[in-house]
Amino acid sequence: MNKRLTRIQTSITASVLCAAALTACSQNSGSSGSFKIGGTGPLTGGAAIYGAAAKNGASIAAEEINALGGIQFELQYQDDEHDAEKAINAYNALKDWGMQIFLGSVTSTPSVATSAESNSDRIFFLTPSASSTEVLGGVEDPLTGIVNTARKDNVFQMCFVDPNQGLASAQYIFDKKLADKVAVIYKNDDVYSMGIYNSFKIKAEDLGLDIVSATTFTESSQNDFSVQLTEAKNAGAELIFLPMYYTPASLIMAQAKSAGYAPKFFGVDGMDGILTMDGFDKSLAEGVMLLTPFNADAADKLTADFVKSYSERFGEVPNQFAADGYDCVYAYYNALKVSGCTSDMKASEICEKLITTFTGGGFTFDGITGNAMKWDNTGAVTKSPKGMIIQNGVYVGMD
Amino acid sequence: MTFVLYLINGVSLGSIYAIIALGYTMVYGIAKMLNFAHGDVIMVGAYVCFFAMSSFRLPPIIVVPLAAGVCAALGALIEAFAYRPLRQAGSLAVLITAIGVSYLLQNTALLLWKSNPRVFTSIVGTDVIKISGLPITYVTIITILTCVAIMAGLTIFTGKTKMGKAMRACAEDKNAASLMGINVNVTISLTFAIGSSLAAIAGALLCSAYPTLSPATGSMPGIKAFTAAVFGGIGSIPGAMLGGVLLGIIEIFAKAYISTQLSDAIVFAVLIIVLLVKPAGLLGKHAHEKV
Repeated sequence: MNKRLTRIQTSITASVLCAAALTACSQNSGSSGSFKIGGTGPLTGGAAIYGAAAKNGASIAAEEINALGGIQFELQYQDDEHDAEKAINAYNALKDWGMQIFLGSVTSTPSVATSAESNSDRIFFLTPSASSTEVLGGVEDPLTGIVNTARKDNVFQMCFVDPNQGLASAQYIFDKKLADKVAVIYKNDDVYSMGIYNSFKIKAEDLGLDIVSATTFTESSQNDFSVQLTEAKNAGAELIFLPMYYTPASLIMAQAKSAGYAPKFFGVDGMDGILTMDGFDKSLAEGVMLLTPFNADAADKLTADFVKSYSERFGEVPNQFAADGYDCVYAYYNALKVSGCTSDMKASEICEKLITTFTGGGFTFDGITGNAMKWDNTGAVTKSPKGMIIQNGVYVGMD
Repeated sequence: MTFVLYLINGVSLGSIYAIIALGYTMVYGIAKMLNFAHGDVIMVGAYVCFFAMSSFRLPPIIVVPLAAGVCAALGALIEAFAYRPLRQAGSLAVLITAIGVSYLLQNTALLLWKSNPRVFTSIVGTDVIKISGLPITYVTIITILTCVAIMAGLTIFTGKTKMGKAMRACAEDKNAASLMGINVNVTISLTFAIGSSLAAIAGALLCSAYPTLSPATGSMPGIKAFTAAVFGGIGSIPGAMLGGVLLGIIEIFAKAYISTQLSDAIVFAVLIIVLLVKPAGLLGKHAHEKV
């Protein structure tokens, strides 16, 4: 009895001490001299491929930077299972740990939740890959013209914001005269797919591209695409636009082939990864076009070095999420240097300084997902997408 | 012409649902429990096929029985560890356990095989034959034939064999069956083993028709197939087949002729209407609960 009481007392004392230490930490966390940088992403569950890739990319960047001396990073990723509620828990765990800058969440739905929290907590937020406009806030819906949420001034994206992908894709198809009659298959229970489709549709109408068939699928019906393909074929579509991730896209291509239908396929950044799918018949993707910010086969030294160290460490070719994660950490590295932040500063002080740097106009960043990337008050990044075509099983630049 | 094409697509999708639904209905009919882990056993079966084919280069004729064997053992194991201790517990406890087993399988698969989707090489090839101009894949034909064969096999097995009779006796009343000298544990284990080996076959066919494989592959078709089993009358073997095929056809027709956006809503609306009119499902028998 007595013994137990002592133990309880000890543990209480310990936790009080801990709390004191934590407070001390948040005031002066630079005792070890490194910035605490946190992120949440789906490390388990159906979307784990994206979370794991972003985490791996970010960790390579952090190690490289730490090896340089100078600014040091301590990186921690928490699992959010692509779920908004779990993302908040993960975010709180990171805050308790003493996080000073935040890599946001990897996917859009959790990011909408964590960006709101980080906005009120004043922790700077730069997501590798959550591309929905709702993450940034303050962007008007292209269909209704309504601004849904106020702009969260500390939130920035490394990836293209969804509507830009739709606009750029329509423009590209039009400029290159790829097709007159276009079909779209999109996933109508997914903000990513919907966001791209909506802006694509508006732009296509402006340009006079004829969308002859627009069909949908959902999480629960993403096996069978026979109806969508038959409709596109009967409507005479020469090109099918696929604003979606590569798993359903690979099924669409296989089923089009069995149905004896061979349109051009045009994808977005979610298509990236299709060639590295284990066992994928690359001939199915022959001639598939996509706009993507990252190309693992690019010859420049930055990309080649990253691809080399990534595949040595993790045994696979990095996808765009890994590249975005990598770029985020380097963008932080540059921005922290430019703004003169030190690791003993509070998260909120760093946040204000970084906002000034990112929106000041003078800050540009060259990474592996783009050159001379810039940010403005909206939080969206400016960089030019690369048009790629798959030829003989590899990506080749179209321009 | 397009109508016939849609019909074929519907039957093709429906026969996949049917083959999964047969496993659900078999276990429910005999053990009186909803084995929500069934969809995940399908996924395990598909992974066994995948590795046997890609790593060991075994031919499909060996791969499918191998997967069926592995899944039968897995099914018996799950029953022994997760469900048997709860034989006397309420049905809600067993239901929750089944959901737990489902998550356990899915997350173990995620640990072992990672979440990256893999492309499954069809066990029957990807050839397409043309019947009066309509493209029909081999997978569709094989699936339909397998489905009919399994349905006939199960009907004969439960109707004519000694073990089948023991199963029906257990379904009727476990205590009375054990008083009559039937080993209830062995009988229920066998039920699970058979149900799970059917799941392996379903997995091989599902992934041959829709060739991506990830740890979440089994869960959605599993739920649809469960719906099909309820639609056809859960516990009824021909009902599962009928429910599955009808569900597939309704889904494809709803997509084709009404709206791709509303197809799921229409499928489930039909289900609600059928259950309102026939609460036991299309071919289900309404049994009075014994008090």
